[in-house]
Amino acid sequence: MQALREFFNSFLLVELLKGMKLTGRHLFSGRFTIEYPEEKAPQSPRFRGLHALRRYPNGEERCIACKLCEAVCPALAITIESEEREDGTRRTTRYDIDLFKCIYCGFCEESCPVDSIVETRIYEYHFENRGEQIINKEQLLAIGDLYEPQLARDRAMDAPYR
Amino acid sequence: MSANPEQPDDQVTITIDGAEYQASKGATIIEVADANGVDIPRFCYHPKLTAPANCRMCLVDIEMNGKAAPKPMPACITAIGDGMVVRTESERAVSAQRNVMEFLLINHPLDCPICDQGGECELQDLALGYGRGISRFTERKRVVDDEDLGPLVETEMTRCIHCTRCVRFLDEIAGTSELGALHRGEHTEIGTFVGRGIHSELSGNVIDLCPVGALTNKPYRYTARAWEMLSHPTVGPHDAIGSNISLHQVRGTVKRVVPRNNEAVNETWIADRDRYSYQGIYAEDRLQEPIARDGDKWQAMDWQEALESVAGRLKEVAAQDPSQIAAWVSPSATLEEQYLLNRLMRGLGSDNVDVRLRQADTRDGDSPSPGLGMPIAATEDVDAALLVGSHTRHDQPLLNHRLRKAGLNGAHIMALDTRRHDWNYELSEELVAHPDQLARELALIAAAMAAYVGRGVVEGLHAYTGGAEPGDNHKRVAQRLVDAGSALVMSGDAVELHQGGADLRALTALIAELAGAHHGQLGTGANAFGGWIAGAVPYRGADGSPARGMSVAETIADPRRCYVVVNLEPEHDCFDGAAARRALEAAETVVVFSPYVTEAMREYADVILPIGAFGETAGTFVNAEGRWQTFAGVGRPIGEARPAWRVFRVLGNLLSLDRFEYNAPDEIHAELQGLWERQGNPSNGGWQGRPAEPWLGHGSLVRAGNTAIYGTDPLVRRGEALQRTPHAGAARPTLSPATAQQLGVNDGDWISLDQGGPSVRLQASVDDALADSTVWLPAGLEGTAGLGPVHGPINIQRT
Repeated sequence: MQALREFFNSFLLVELLKGMKLTGRHLFSGRFTIEYPEEKAPQSPRFRGLHALRRYPNGEERCIACKLCEAVCPALAITIESEEREDGTRRTTRYDIDLFKCIYCGFCEESCPVDSIVETRIYEYHFENRGEQIINKEQLLAIGDLYEPQLARDRAMDAPYR
Repeated sequence: MSANPEQPDDQVTITIDGAEYQASKGATIIEVADANGVDIPRFCYHPKLTAPANCRMCLVDIEMNGKAAPKPMPACITAIGDGMVVRTESERAVSAQRNVMEFLLINHPLDCPICDQGGECELQDLALGYGRGISRFTERKRVVDDEDLGPLVETEMTRCIHCTRCVRFLDEIAGTSELGALHRGEHTEIGTFVGRGIHSELSGNVIDLCPVGALTNKPYRYTARAWEMLSHPTVGPHDAIGSNISLHQVRGTVKRVVPRNNEAVNETWIADRDRYSYQGIYAEDRLQEPIARDGDKWQAMDWQEALESVAGRLKEVAAQDPSQIAAWVSPSATLEEQYLLNRLMRGLGSDNVDVRLRQADTRDGDSPSPGLGMPIAATEDVDAALLVGSHTRHDQPLLNHRLRKAGLNGAHIMALDTRRHDWNYELSEELVAHPDQLARELALIAAAMAAYVGRGVVEGLHAYTGGAEPGDNHKRVAQRLVDAGSALVMSGDAVELHQGGADLRALTALIAELAGAHHGQLGTGANAFGGWIAGAVPYRGADGSPARGMSVAETIADPRRCYVVVNLEPEHDCFDGAAARRALEAAETVVVFSPYVTEAMREYADVILPIGAFGETAGTFVNAEGRWQTFAGVGRPIGEARPAWRVFRVLGNLLSLDRFEYNAPDEIHAELQGLWERQGNPSNGGWQGRPAEPWLGHGSLVRAGNTAIYGTDPLVRRGEALQRTPHAGAARPTLSPATAQQLGVNDGDWISLDQGGPSVRLQASVDDALADSTVWLPAGLEGTAGLGPVHGPINIQRT
């Protein structure tokens, strides 16, 4: 009985028709593909892209060199050196992220007690020379300065779920 | 009456969390729990300090004879009783502990991310187990002003939870009582009584004791985190105790030093000198590559070239007259370095190798081997001790700690020096004498002792006493030493520096012999005993064979043509800095092995080779009790510097000396240990080895002194934080009131002093602790480098 059913199914091309049905459905449904880079996919406020270091509204850097991000980083991508700044506060003298090592897990952002290290929505970047993939404190702060309004908005949106 | 018939009377059985334990009567619950691995949370309790039971964290449920105690009781002060049942995890105990934790956290700032204690904080650890997730406290937190405790300890008093460990440490261990708890209840503040800071030589230990981040390490502040550092066990490089320490490093850079427990050596404490001197490793004047003099200029060169040039120079002098080469090596160099240098020198045909940089008088030749003559731990059980020319509190801080314990337990600790020192406990007797009179005082004690033990007249003693009769104080000292069950007679740094030191050492040995006491002789340096074992002394080889070389003192008095200087700055480290420097400047060839390069070195040296500083070199130190302690190096030395043993090994190869094929320091160590074990325990010196003629004294205004606590070696002199403490900085020549009046000097006057060479201008102070006609001026301080012998005539002019 089983063999007979299989014979008729293959003889009448039932599987093929099933496939054609799916194709037919998509033939008449709306367009799915976007024209990157002219068009871009929508992003979640929790998107984890390139890192940034944020500042407080008064211009003071947020990072206090607690090194929790360095400790939590599963890829050992973060290197921090710290000192006591002249005004007595705890600050980094070096904050390097190796973007080749980084796996964009977002643990650094989650561990940060002062919302300093964050992952922005930026995902389009490239490096042309060896060593450029290690971005330093100045670069990270510059990214933060550039995208602060967006970053602040994203944190505010996510705040109720934290 | 014990419940269990087989149980000894002094033992009781208690039950903790269902398990039965036997313990001695009088023990507290927490001691029994700790001994058996039962965890009871605590903040204020520390096994080395008294228990005040003021943190209340260790509350446990107790049941005795079937009756439960009405309330949980603190485990740290509750003595155990037979049949006691203790529950550390009962609902009531845990809820009591949780409530205590909630109160502790009310005023704690919870600034863990910026707190240096974060990651190694007892409050943080226990808050994880006993704290509430969310605080119910919505009122304002308490804020406490910080106090400036000096350059070593940083404060953040808002974090303080009033455990009073620091207060009790300074009361009970350091003996300085510099901190106290002021006010009551929520207003309690830990502070100095008069805003003076902490100046104890053991002050850094309060950092380790503080369970929170209220007291932290100032030089280390904010530079690393507890979890990212790798710990390297090593040994303190500054005193003969050989404190066990760990260097904590991140990516090859030493960030801080913490103690390691060793009950036989340093218990859990270390001196500030061992804790903060690591800053010297990163001093600005570290030498990065070998340099050699080229006319008026200094030329950098590679190692091969430099070593060949050194080997050539040494060979040239050795070919003419090997006895024209002299080697001075730091008593803080490792055993391996001292041994290889010794072999190098003997291989060249010279016996002039010496570690006794500060020994002014070597008439006793192979003077008694340095050492304590008894285990360090046993010194806390002595019944009497006589410390001759030793400010033990600064020379060997942790030995002083042991003697202090003995003293507080009723032992008679007595001292003889040219001044009264600032001891941190009451001495039974403190004799003060003019430097010229020290031998006489000792001889009088010996005479009194000989009479007391019925030995009659000791031959040769009359030459020192001049026929004088012992006074009551001498008799007291003598009787206490003789009557003591266990006694220690020890000479210190000031005896080494004394121009008649040989007499003093012989007399000290005589007193020890008459009293049946242990005899110790401790100078400066972490490895002075090691230098003797390694044969880096002119009178004996490493195998114990006698030799006849020249000591440092002799090669200063009778300058040589060629000097090899290892890891020292003669102007600070030799007993007569000025003369040592003159000898070096006059020499044809001076080869310096040093981690640092100074202006002075550039003046006298011909070749300077960079060697690894402490921490960068593996090796062994032998401490005062003869304990061999081996340690590894941390990371690579800075620049082109290399561990000194490696440099000596290659130099040995270049000089084609036999048996210089070592691949690791343990091979050198094993070879030397074999030699040492074959010798048994050689004894030497003593009263029989006394000089033929007693030293007569200077008879004028005399400089006296010792080595300043933070001036003992090049490393500690570059410990930037230590150099800012009141124990370092510019020297203050001190005079007795009578002498000051005679010279017309007032306290605070600027005076100029000279010892036959250039003069220095320093601010005088007047103190009645000094003997008359004496100027107290230690070595190793700012302003004393150009002066002559630490013990010698001195001229003073008012300016």
